[in-house]
Amino acid sequence: MQQPVLTASHINKFFHDPVTSQVLTDISFTINRGDFVSVTGKSGCGKSTLLYILSTMDTDYEGSLVIDEEPMNGKKEAQLARVRNEKIGFVFQFHYLLNEFSVLKNVMLPGLKLNKYPVQEIKERAMQKLDILGIASLAEKNARQISGGEKQRVAIARALINDPLIIMGDEPTGNLDKKNSELVFEMFKKLAEEFNQTLLIVTHDQGFADRTHRIIEMEDGKIIR
Amino acid sequence: MKFLLLADIAKSLLLARWKQTLVAAIGVTFSITMFITLLSFMTGLNDLLDGLILNRTPHIRLYNEIKPASRQPIQLSPDYKGNYHFIESIKSGGSRTEIYDAAAIMRTLKQDERVLGIAPKITAQVFFNDGSIDITGVVNGIDVVSESALFHFNEYIVAGSGSDIGKVTNSIVLGKGLADKLLATPGDVVQVTTAMGERFPLRVVGFFQSGLQDFDKTQSYASLGTVQKLLGKPGSYITDIQIKLNDIKSAPAIAKEYAQLFQADAEDIQTANSQFETGSSIRTLISYAVGITLLIVAGFGIYNILNMMIYEKMDSIAILKATGFSGRDVKRVFLMIAISIGFFGGLAGLLFGYILSSIIDQIPFNTAALPTIKTYPINYKPVFYLIGSSFSLITTYLAGWFPSRKASKIDPVIIIRGK
Repeated sequence: MQQPVLTASHINKFFHDPVTSQVLTDISFTINRGDFVSVTGKSGCGKSTLLYILSTMDTDYEGSLVIDEEPMNGKKEAQLARVRNEKIGFVFQFHYLLNEFSVLKNVMLPGLKLNKYPVQEIKERAMQKLDILGIASLAEKNARQISGGEKQRVAIARALINDPLIIMGDEPTGNLDKKNSELVFEMFKKLAEEFNQTLLIVTHDQGFADRTHRIIEMEDGKIIR
Repeated sequence: MKFLLLADIAKSLLLARWKQTLVAAIGVTFSITMFITLLSFMTGLNDLLDGLILNRTPHIRLYNEIKPASRQPIQLSPDYKGNYHFIESIKSGGSRTEIYDAAAIMRTLKQDERVLGIAPKITAQVFFNDGSIDITGVVNGIDVVSESALFHFNEYIVAGSGSDIGKVTNSIVLGKGLADKLLATPGDVVQVTTAMGERFPLRVVGFFQSGLQDFDKTQSYASLGTVQKLLGKPGSYITDIQIKLNDIKSAPAIAKEYAQLFQADAEDIQTANSQFETGSSIRTLISYAVGITLLIVAGFGIYNILNMMIYEKMDSIAILKATGFSGRDVKRVFLMIAISIGFFGGLAGLLFGYILSSIIDQIPFNTAALPTIKTYPINYKPVFYLIGSSFSLITTYLAGWFPSRKASKIDPVIIIRGK
């Protein structure tokens, strides 16, 4: 029984500055629980734009988006923030860790915001996530003291903290060298296969995409495959 | 929980830029310090100057003015009704400056609950004889106990004892300026001649110094009985009744009422000394204006620093929003930063303001005009501290509001895509 996690139907997106141009045309697809999906395409094909629409951060589009059987259209900013907090984990090209906090605190922050578990439990869960990613030893370090590859893994741990329905990645390996890219891919794979985590990764790295379970290929704002 | 989390983030951002934060907080501290000090000092000075006059001025003075009869006989004649009267045959009469039935009036006043206290008084014009010259002066007959209680008479005695005039018969307290002219010291006897030509020896028991030089050169005090004796009047003779009210603001209305009730002239303090109130209110206004200007300047400092912080922390704001913090949460974080700068800066400001005004309070300030004042006057009214702290919070809140709103409006997509 396939369970849809995210359904996009007939999504159109226009940029109005400087002239109106259509960046996404009639995008429709469904992601089911446990899918490991990659979105590929050349630079400027609209794959990142699509991701930001799916992530609920960009609300300026036409069409409908349903996450976990809940329509996102017409929701208020604070409600969308809540959805992102609870159901979506993000990994970006850049790690975006808060330098003021320790690694552990960075991972804990979305959990503290969700406020579903007591602080002690959030801490234990954060340690557990760091452990899955093999960086438990860095927990007490300051976010600025660790290497780029480690930072990206901390970002993945942060994405995992609230056990999200889906993890979205925007070129998560784009800034990493071969070895670290490989490591991060292994992490995603492990999450998908061992923990049945749903993943939606935007990448232009064909090697990365080829190894995922499903590829959505885009060109000029349309899905071609 | 949510509040604590946001406070924790605010604290981290604050401490990450602690030097800037400190500068902003010092700005607030400085302005609050100056605000408190300025107002304490200024109102201290105001109170002192007002006290010079107001402490010794009755709120209402009942007396009989020397003036022509208000209803001349010609007005009573029906023949000349409606005509202009050139003839005023009854001149001003000075024979009865006495208040009629003073004892009954005083009894009535004592029962009036709007009245704090009353002090009877007699003024007598005299000459002080010193060798061949006569110095004009005034002897005020007073009841020392009520005069001290209501008008701080004892506080202005600089030598001898003021209360002795109630105990020693035929004694007098001279103004410092007058005593200097007469070369008198306590214990000496001065000769006094009344307007009627009677000559009296009076023993000097003390000096007083009011701070108003002209006043001290002519005035002297004796007991009611002594002055009555001097003037050859009976024990019921009183020329003034000085009234102190519970509420000084009601003086004009009550004065009118008493003038009618007691058939006497009644002068209220506002009419007699209107210039003082104007002076003090303008000085206070200026102090407030300066203090608030300082605070607003500090507010701009906070505004700048928060703006910079937001530009620096764009990434952090973007990721907070991406991971589920709403615009409102972000706004609260930055407002907390602003208000904590205001709170701690303001708190330090109140403390330093208190310390600075205490230091000023210790600086010697000796002037011949003000014998009772030894140091600069400071008013430690709690209301200044209240105003200072609430203003520091309000200005920092406003200074933080615009940058916070900007932070809350940051679109994470733009920041994240820009990388």
